[in-house]
Amino acid sequence: MNILVLGPGCPKCTEAEKNVKTALQEAGVEASVEKISDFQEIAQMGVFSTPAVVIDGEIKCVGKVPSKSEVIDWVNL
Amino acid sequence: MELLNDINAEHESKAQPTKDTLGNTWFSKAKFLFAGLAGLVVWYVVYRQLLSFSQYFTYNILGLTPESHLGEAVEFFVYDTPKVLMLLTLVVFGVGIIRTFFTPERTRALLAGKRESAGNVLAAMLGIVTPFCSCSAVPLFLGFVTAGVPLGVTFSFLISAPMVNEIAVVLLYGLLGWKVAALYLGTGLLVAIVAGWVIGRLGMEKHMEDWVLELRANGAAVVEEHLTWSDRIKQGGVAVKDIVGKVWIYVIAGIAVGAAIHGYVPENFMASIMGKDAWWSVPAAVLVGIPMYSNAAGIVPVIYALLGKGAALGTVLAFMMSVIALSLPEMVILRKVLKPQLIATFIGVVGIGILLVGYLFNLII
Repeated sequence: MNILVLGPGCPKCTEAEKNVKTALQEAGVEASVEKISDFQEIAQMGVFSTPAVVIDGEIKCVGKVPSKSEVIDWVNL
Repeated sequence: MELLNDINAEHESKAQPTKDTLGNTWFSKAKFLFAGLAGLVVWYVVYRQLLSFSQYFTYNILGLTPESHLGEAVEFFVYDTPKVLMLLTLVVFGVGIIRTFFTPERTRALLAGKRESAGNVLAAMLGIVTPFCSCSAVPLFLGFVTAGVPLGVTFSFLISAPMVNEIAVVLLYGLLGWKVAALYLGTGLLVAIVAGWVIGRLGMEKHMEDWVLELRANGAAVVEEHLTWSDRIKQGGVAVKDIVGKVWIYVIAGIAVGAAIHGYVPENFMASIMGKDAWWSVPAAVLVGIPMYSNAAGIVPVIYALLGKGAALGTVLAFMMSVIALSLPEMVILRKVLKPQLIATFIGVVGIGILLVGYLFNLII
């Protein structure tokens, strides 16, 4: 599983990345987590509000910090 | 019990609204409405008691002498701190709920295809209610540009979003009264509308970074969220925790300074430097404000202190707008999508707008 966290590096984006990582640990799921902070790359994915989380190419949330339990729901499917 | 489970299940899926679920949502709406009204009544009753409580506390419990320096300062602090915090909580909660109806994607869709002028007005208004932080300015800018929102309209949004915010308005209302708050709201919107319109007239499109112009996006990624009223109210609560939890310390510090000034500092202390007669004070206030970066919670108490010492309202409003609307960190971020000429134009046009507001108020008030 490949997870992208999109965000330029503001506190909210860092929080999103942290929530994703703890969620993975708690769910016991192996996945690579990559932080994308380049605006051009983010915009090309059609994301215009950050933070956003993309799992295996599918955009899961935009413009808000996902909670830990939300991320657990996404990775457990 | 089974019935209850059924209701819950239906409530959560709510895919196809049947008569039953409609009845339920109506019922839960009514429930929230009553709870909200009851909460408001309690809020109002407590709010009305604050003044007499602060006087009772200062002069009866602490035993300070009325009209003494210390007594006035303490009464002021004990009155204004809960007053401003209560106002802030109420407004942040309300705005938090309103914001669940506006996402950047929805605002983008609303503004796409709008002509200038009407578009500038709409963009400035949406700037107040769309959730926004300065770090999301660039993705949002790209979103607007790729959706075909005119550059000037985009700027109206980018100017109004940080400048006209609920914290600034509440603090101004709480400390300086509704006239100053309304003036700030009105002129902030006006600066955003006019400055955006002027930038649009200047035809600066070629001064965006080249890759921005080549960017073609097939519409924004939207993750549909079906929010129930309880979700929206929860979001309001989250906003209160986030914002009030972060700014209360500035508010209290600011009011403490204000209280000290109220009790001790002679009036007209600042009149010679920031008073009406010092014509150069408005441009100086704007220039000093540009590199300064502070949120509204940090700056309003300073404003309050300056006004208390005899600074002119126009000068002070210009200073506040300059600090909040033109910030160095935001310029650094915008530099990634805008060439220096456009950034300079942006600062210039907004700066002149703020300057005019400052002079106007010094002239008429």
